Amino acid sequence: MEVAIFWLLAVIIIASAAATVFSKNIIYSAFSLLFSFLGVAGIYAMLSADFLAVTQIMVYVGGILTLILFGVMLTNRITMMSLKTDVFNFIPGLTIAAVMLAGLLYVIWVTGTWASDSPAAWDTTVETIGTLTITRFLLPFEVVAILLLIAVVGASFIARKDKQKIQS
Amino acid sequence: MNHNIDAVIALSAVLFGLGVLGVLTRKNAITIFMSIELMLNSVNLSLVAFSRLHNDITGQMLVIFVMAIAAAEVAVGLAIVISIFRNRQTADVTEINLLRW
Repeated sequence: MEVAIFWLLAVIIIASAAATVFSKNIIYSAFSLLFSFLGVAGIYAMLSADFLAVTQIMVYVGGILTLILFGVMLTNRITMMSLKTDVFNFIPGLTIAAVMLAGLLYVIWVTGTWASDSPAAWDTTVETIGTLTITRFLLPFEVVAILLLIAVVGASFIARKDKQKIQS
Repeated sequence: MNHNIDAVIALSAVLFGLGVLGVLTRKNAITIFMSIELMLNSVNLSLVAFSRLHNDITGQMLVIFVMAIAAAEVAVGLAIVISIFRNRQTADVTEINLLRW
């Protein structure tokens, strides 16, 4: 049963990721990215990472995908320009990606099966993650908080209009 | 789910390959962002799989930090794309040659 669910999620993830990469319409790309993120959240839940599954849905689907959709709306004049985008350098890009994928799969193949010891499933990870956040990972946590603040200030500074252009 | 950690790793490799293909071949900057998000997701997936395999929660902590960095990256990157679009009326990376001489 779990194996069947895993393969179903894998097919959903791969198909929607391929639709994201190959679709000519950028709106279709953004919405198939949604299904890819949801499938990854499902795999997190199957790997007993419940907190990360919820975080994936909140951060990626609720935050990053919404930002990307805003970017699509703001950078395509929908009435004037078509939403279609082109592909270039397809053969060299495909070659590089295929060689890299073959290398990765070869390494996975020669390493063999990892999961022979089959550790027991965790109950819930929320308490452990919360404890680790304020003890062992306190400094990275604070640094990431400052980085997010800097990113918000910088993004709003870059994306705003020039003062002179507003006045004129 | 105990016996196909290697299947999860293979899934993550395929997802990473699709992301690389998107970054290398697409023209629209927003689509390139989506492909970068696909690659970050695949790396997160393999981190969670290894964390499950070794029964160690540190991998999941790393995934949380990767998510935070991804949010910061996409905010700043989209701000740059919108700013360029306002000046050049295009989001096509083959026509953005401000830094080329």
